[in-house]
Amino acid sequence: MKILVNNAAREIAGPSLADAVEQLGFGNAVVATAVDGDFVPARKRASMMLRDGHAVEVLAPMQGG
Amino acid sequence: MRSKCSRRCRVGEAMDFYGVALGSRLLLGTAGYPSPAILAEAVRRSGAEVVTVSLRRESGAERAGQGFWSLIRELGVRVLPNTAGCHTVGEAVTTAQMAREVFGTSWIKLEVIGNHDTLQPDVFGLVEAAGLLAADGFEVFPYTTEDLVVGERLVEAGCRVLMPWGAPIGSGRGLNNLYGLRAMRAHFPDIPLVVDAGIGLPSQAAAAMELGYDAVLLNTAVARAGDPALMAAAFGQAIEAGRQAYLAEPMPMRDMAVPSTPVLGLAFRG
Repeated sequence: MKILVNNAAREIAGPSLADAVEQLGFGNAVVATAVDGDFVPARKRASMMLRDGHAVEVLAPMQGG
Repeated sequence: MRSKCSRRCRVGEAMDFYGVALGSRLLLGTAGYPSPAILAEAVRRSGAEVVTVSLRRESGAERAGQGFWSLIRELGVRVLPNTAGCHTVGEAVTTAQMAREVFGTSWIKLEVIGNHDTLQPDVFGLVEAAGLLAADGFEVFPYTTEDLVVGERLVEAGCRVLMPWGAPIGSGRGLNNLYGLRAMRAHFPDIPLVVDAGIGLPSQAAAAMELGYDAVLLNTAVARAGDPALMAAAFGQAIEAGRQAYLAEPMPMRDMAVPSTPVLGLAFRG
């Protein structure tokens, strides 16, 4: 399926957000996810089914002031 | 001896944010340092027990955030995640929720930016987001202005800390509105107040503490210094000096000179 990952077009197999996180190379990385602007906790990624056009955000710790 | 206000007596002890006692009154940002090693040394030299962190888009190939997070964990400090860069209530709330999961803390430095040039907070969105997050169990540190009414609304929304700006973020201009900051201290005697943003020099941080502020949050003044670690140490000392000066109760300012040396017994006078 074709989705947006951090505002970049990507094609993944899915079907779940948990699958996508794995397929995108994040594996066991410390990241948080959101789909179409809504936070999706790690415990709910497996039950969150993606579809074409979904906008997925994958965020990680970064320097901040 | 002049009477001491109850606030001075109470907060002469450890600072308290949402039930967490802290020894250092410096909260240090982690952005913009020349290298991770210099960041780590600056944190150590500052004595800060709280550092601010953020969330950004991660690449599955680069995983840049993972190394940074390891570095922060090794420092053994408490983290205060921010919602920097958020311009809407929705962005800020979602970012806060994501930060809570990643960093494992309900603390959130809430920023809802309203103006691109000044990075001034959108205080209307700030109050709304603060209410939503407080109801969701967050302990909110709102980046706000010195506006007293906004401060009241934030407290009503559930905030138990207020963080007015000293000057625009990254400007290094110090305390732009001394009167407003002093009024805010007087208006909220029981709420921990942190000057957040705009500090450029240790003397400015000391001035904030002399006003009775509980802490100072800064980043750029240390990160962009020629020697960040040395500047971090300077800020740590200045903030402690300012705190002690506040507790010591500064003398009142006078318009006219008053000789400090006794005139009684002065030679050549009849």
